[in-house]
Amino acid sequence: MSSPRVEVIDRLCKGCSICVEFCPTRVFEMDGFIAKVVKEDACIKCMQCELRCPDFAVKVHTE
Amino acid sequence: MAYDYEKSIRPGKLPHIWCPGCGHGIVMKGLIRAMDTCGLDKNNTAIVSGIGCASRLPGYMDCCTLHTAHGRAAAFAAGVKMAKPEMNVLIVGGDGDGVAIGGNHFIHACRRNMDMTYVVLNNNIYGMTGGQFSPTTPTGANASTTPYGNPDPTFDISKLAIGAGATFVARTTAFHATQIDKLIAEGIKHKGMSVIEVLDDCPTCFGRRNKFRSVVDMMKRLKEVAVPVQAAAKMPAEKLEGKILTGVLFKEERPEYCAEYAKIIEKAKGANA
Amino acid sequence: MAKKTALVQGNEACAHGAVYAGCKFFAGYPITPSTEVAEVLAAELPKVGGSFIQMEDEIGAMAAILGGSLTGAKALTATSGPGVSLKQELIGYACIAEIPCVIVNVMRGGPSTGMPTGPGQSDVMQARWGTHGDHAAIAVAPESIQEIFTETVRAFNLAEKYRMPVQILFDEIVGHMRERIEYPEPGELEVIDRAKPDVSPEDYKPYDSSKGDIPPLASFGSEYRFHVTGLNKAADGFPTTKPDLVDAEERRQIRKVEANRKDIEKNEEYMTEDAEVLIFAFGSTSRSARYAVNELRKEGIKAGLFRPITLWPFPEERIAALGKQVKGMVVAEMNLGQMIYEVERVTKGSCKLEGAFRVDGEPITPAQIMEKVKEVN
Ligand SMILES: Cc1ncc(C[n+]2csc(CCOP(=O)(O)OP(=O)(O)O)c2C)c(N)n1
Ligand code: SF4
Ligand code: SF4
Ligand code: SF4
Repeated sequence: MSSPRVEVIDRLCKGCSICVEFCPTRVFEMDGFIAKVVKEDACIKCMQCELRCPDFAVKVHTE
Repeated sequence: MAYDYEKSIRPGKLPHIWCPGCGHGIVMKGLIRAMDTCGLDKNNTAIVSGIGCASRLPGYMDCCTLHTAHGRAAAFAAGVKMAKPEMNVLIVGGDGDGVAIGGNHFIHACRRNMDMTYVVLNNNIYGMTGGQFSPTTPTGANASTTPYGNPDPTFDISKLAIGAGATFVARTTAFHATQIDKLIAEGIKHKGMSVIEVLDDCPTCFGRRNKFRSVVDMMKRLKEVAVPVQAAAKMPAEKLEGKILTGVLFKEERPEYCAEYAKIIEKAKGANA
Repeated sequence: MAKKTALVQGNEACAHGAVYAGCKFFAGYPITPSTEVAEVLAAELPKVGGSFIQMEDEIGAMAAILGGSLTGAKALTATSGPGVSLKQELIGYACIAEIPCVIVNVMRGGPSTGMPTGPGQSDVMQARWGTHGDHAAIAVAPESIQEIFTETVRAFNLAEKYRMPVQILFDEIVGHMRERIEYPEPGELEVIDRAKPDVSPEDYKPYDSSKGDIPPLASFGSEYRFHVTGLNKAADGFPTTKPDLVDAEERRQIRKVEANRKDIEKNEEYMTEDAEVLIFAFGSTSRSARYAVNELRKEGIKAGLFRPITLWPFPEERIAALGKQVKGMVVAEMNLGQMIYEVERVTKGSCKLEGAFRVDGEPITPAQIMEKVKEVN
């Protein structure tokens, strides 16, 4: 199985840091005013980030 | 697979107008998933709202959408449903919109038991107008019009809905994202008036004034205060102090308004023939 | 075959006129002296597959008819002064969102609760300017039971054609009076339905005025999905604050009435050809006025009557012309002077002007009007 690709859509991210805080494996970090994927390999596909992002800005592509 | 929310959203409408961390976006995602679960036909679905930040939600949705006047969503929705009962009618809006200025329409919509689903995005404040207290702002909390703390007692929206006669009432929070779509979907499937209260966050107007350091703090509070009804049943009263019950709070079967009216039409036509 | 006739009350005639016009949805809240409109429609609408709902208040009733109208149903509400006051915000919503609907106001005195069972004509300015913001208005004011029927049909036609709210104003006297009327056969009176889009759902824009000032309105629950809001909006229905779009939209919504005055306006003139004094009266008051004209003529005074059936838009052109023809005008109205301001505005001092007003719950008598006519003759 291929590893997920975690995507932050910069245009939509408003930098609330919800994804940063609620990702159990700390895949994201804040980069100024938007979130950035820093440890994609650590992703366990729990989908918390995609579910919680209020701005439709995170996508977890699992295949 | 990443969830395809975009198919339900009007092209070119994102980013939405809500502030960073505003829970309204989380509820909107839940609503989209619930509509998918229920397989609602976009052409045959009306989403009606009043005025407020929450009430801007329908504008993003690729359905028949009606952004009305402050407080009037439930009454407009009743008109849509009565005139075209085969339509799926969803109502969304804030706490101020729904139970302050719209309180009268809200309780009577519950009483009539038309087959509609009302999602209340309860962020305990008037967000759009800059943070004045609403009927759900906790007593003692700070709002722009309560310089000495809020003196007003509060409404419990779910209890209000149950008391007024809604036949499906459920509550969850913006933190409990997976529960949002499940409860809304259950509400949509329920034949009758369903009310889903989602405790929501308004970091800009409520959080800032009430010592929440961040959106994440507000989310964590929502997590802490929520107690599922089933669990609450086994808990001693003192442990439930300050907690908010979540899940399906009430459900009953009662004649649905439009179905009853259809019988009136049959009767009247018969009398006419 | 002889025509179907019946002895009916004004309010009943209004309800039957609505059914004739194709009304399929009524929402209301009881209030004297309008309640019979609701009572009759509660019985009649389900017979024709329509529906009736009694809402929790007049605001809710107004909201409901707008929701109902968006599904394609011709919709009506009926009330009286206090109820119309409550509806004002949503009448403005109907104007800006361009939703056809008809509002009946069986007028009583006021302000506030006033005299619930007495007649009045004091809501005529409210019908023009009651809701906030700039907007056009159409209001009709029938004087008899037969005319209540035909004007109700016309009110629906105007609402559907111009895609806006239309008010029917009559007072308690005609509302509760009984007269024998003829029911028109189906097809005898023109019945207009709103224009439907002639473009594909993908290309549909609910406020696209490229083909004229009145864009076709699709229905909720069809394959056309669209957005409706009370905010200023662009052609696609979504909010805008762009000054040029807002300006064009506001002007178009007023122009659609202004440019079609000929189609909308309807007046009755009685003995105006050689008139040297004119009585301006509408609704039940014009009955006294017509009697006064006859009496004055017997006395050798060349009096005439102008009766606007469409109160709004105001018949500016004709009143300006008559102002130049006559020595004086008397505006007779059951209020303390409302339409007289319009007459004054339009005649610009070209003739003498007096008012015959009354607000004590009694109708204006011919004698009262005749006395005033003699003052301006
Ligand atoms: C008749 C009327 N009164 C007042 C307002 C101003 N107003 C707009 S939104 C709002 C409150 C919105 O609060 P809520 O419904 O809780 O939604 P939120 O903005 O918090 O999502 C108010 C008071 C209005 N638009 N119309
Ligand atoms: S949750 Fe969404 S909006 Fe918030 S920081 Fe992450 S990607 Fe950005
Ligand atoms: S799916 Fe889960 S583990 Fe992967 S990035 Fe999102 S929150 Fe982190
Ligand atoms: S003001 Fe509050 S409710 Fe409105 S968008 Fe901002 S966070 Fe959300």
